[in-house]
Amino acid sequence: MLKIGYPHLGDYHIPIRRLLQDLFPTAEIVSPPPFTQKTVELGGRHSPDFVCAPFKYNMGNYIEMLEAGANVLLQTGLGCRYGYYGEVQEQILRDLGYDFTFLCFSREKAHPQKIYETCKKLNPNLTFSIFSRAVLQAITRIYFMDQLDYFLREQIGFAKNTNCFTKTKKLFLKELTAENSMFGLYRIFHKYRARYHAIETQMPQNPLRVGIVGELYTLMEPYSNHFLEKRLAEGGIVVSRKMSASFLLFGKRDRRSLHSSRGYLQYTVGANGIDSVVGSRQYAKDGYDGLIHMKSFGCTPELNAQPALDQISRDYDIPILHLSFDTQTGEVGLETRIEAFMDMIEMKRKQQHENYNQSRRGYRLHLHKRRVH
Amino acid sequence: MKDRMETIRSFSCLENFERGDINCTKLAILHLVMHMKIGLPKALLYYRYGVLWETFFHELGFDVEVSADTSKETLEIGTKTTLDENCLPLKIFMGHVKSLIGQCDRILVPRFSRTSKTEEYCVRFWGLPDVVQNTFPNAPIISYNLDIGLHRSEAAAFIKIGHTLGKSKSAAFQAYRAGCRAQQRLEQQNMRVQSTQLHKSDKKILIAAQPYLIHDAYVGGQLQKMIAQQGVTPVFSDRCNRRLCRALSKEISNDLYWSLNKEMIGAIELCKNQVDGIILLTAFPCGSDALVNELVLRRVQNVPIIQILMDEHTAPAGLETRIESFVDILAKRRPYA
Repeated sequence: MLKIGYPHLGDYHIPIRRLLQDLFPTAEIVSPPPFTQKTVELGGRHSPDFVCAPFKYNMGNYIEMLEAGANVLLQTGLGCRYGYYGEVQEQILRDLGYDFTFLCFSREKAHPQKIYETCKKLNPNLTFSIFSRAVLQAITRIYFMDQLDYFLREQIGFAKNTNCFTKTKKLFLKELTAENSMFGLYRIFHKYRARYHAIETQMPQNPLRVGIVGELYTLMEPYSNHFLEKRLAEGGIVVSRKMSASFLLFGKRDRRSLHSSRGYLQYTVGANGIDSVVGSRQYAKDGYDGLIHMKSFGCTPELNAQPALDQISRDYDIPILHLSFDTQTGEVGLETRIEAFMDMIEMKRKQQHENYNQSRRGYRLHLHKRRVH
Repeated sequence: MKDRMETIRSFSCLENFERGDINCTKLAILHLVMHMKIGLPKALLYYRYGVLWETFFHELGFDVEVSADTSKETLEIGTKTTLDENCLPLKIFMGHVKSLIGQCDRILVPRFSRTSKTEEYCVRFWGLPDVVQNTFPNAPIISYNLDIGLHRSEAAAFIKIGHTLGKSKSAAFQAYRAGCRAQQRLEQQNMRVQSTQLHKSDKKILIAAQPYLIHDAYVGGQLQKMIAQQGVTPVFSDRCNRRLCRALSKEISNDLYWSLNKEMIGAIELCKNQVDGIILLTAFPCGSDALVNELVLRRVQNVPIIQILMDEHTAPAGLETRIESFVDILAKRRPYA
């Protein structure tokens, strides 16, 4: 009997689980156990020393899933180092003595035709119509989730009843997973968007705004960034982040991004480096109060983008906080840095009040305004 | 630069120049362009394309200045200008670029991305011109883009540099051809020397690493000296037949797509029966080596392998101890007459 396991990635494990259930109805889907300190330690112990943190987190997930009885593991891979994860992870797990099938959809193997052929080998009853329908639905689910999450991140810090948002989100995800039809998904999305807007908030007229850019895994997996967005929201800050799974699926246009980076970059710098630069420039132009740049330790594309980000920070006079996360990152040190950053942008805002026309602040926040309606 | 301005002034009549006489200014600029000095940082892919670059610019009639060998000062300057998280070769590179600013009219900082449809360089090389430009906004950079995945060739990239420097297409192409020939000649000579070394019966150690680590005076130079002091001949992974290495790399890793690493592990596969031991030299925190070396350590058997990690704080004494003990192990494993 097939027991399929897949690594964690934020809340996306819910639509991914549903996708696998659609593709392999007879198989058992083994969800990765939630992240704990033990997962991270396990992953770190069996990984090369200075590989980026997502590798270690994935390793931790794999080992825990294999212990829970999984015998098929999934991995994907794109540009930068991520494309080479699969082969090394498979070798390490085999050396540890586990017996399993490793499906790696990396680089050239990520073509839809090849993915379909690989899935067909596992489940002979699979037809292309079932496959495409399941994949389309999964993408739609992810897209709707990201749409509402964008709104949630901005509003959650100001809710009168803090649990309200999290409760609604839980219900939303539950209904979204259970729904079978495309139209039903659309209906659920509209229903919950209305519900989110109905939640009472106490947002001041001109709150502090922070834009978040960086490497995608660290952004999307809240455990790996030590729940940074939650901390910022608790401090009464509007958190804005465009980069998400749906951005990776629909929003990545390198040539257009190069043009809109306006000379900060001449070439693409690998993975999402260019998107960090374009995003930062957009936030800076829109009058945000600060930027947070997150990445896992040693992420080369983001390191390539970093001098350009510093240049943007100088040109637009916007403070930027660079954070590198590894499995060894200390909680307390991080907290101090974030608190200092929050205090700093608040002080900067107060200074600006004296010589800055208040009514013009947030004047070009079309990004922010578009989502509120 | 200062004495250059003086030569321009002497070349064109001083009073006319200052009055803004157009013909004189034109002459002066022409003189400046004709005798432009191009700086080549002696780091990263200089160790692979250096002769090609030098010959190319010489053929086009430019002066070429190569920065001095890496020293501790170079590295210190590089460490100050970049973030601590960057890899050691980049820090060295930035040190070299800094030393060339003010000495040359143009500095060559190329970008390397894809070498074929399935192969590419480490992402570090993708962003090299942007990193340098954003770190030193006033640096006069010329750059070319090696991106063969998009129906472009290396020759087209070189013609483009020739164009930006005001040379015709045919002249640039001729210069590029001459550069390629010179580079090839050097590589074949190196390969011949290495193959005679491999067939001798004395003790040999293969240094498997990126070319810019092996041949760098500060990183690999130390190591080579130490190995030679122990009476062992060092052989290098970048002086093997590249095409053969690329084909052989499939024996160790199937999915690998970094061309430099592919050649490195291919060389391991090629030489592992001819050498006594292998040193995997890597720099902190090299992204591609971290994964590839892990795989090599797990998959290559029957030959002693040691992994040596270099960073800007590596002390020679510690390194020497490790090399000595490694050579001792080799001696015990296969005693020589």
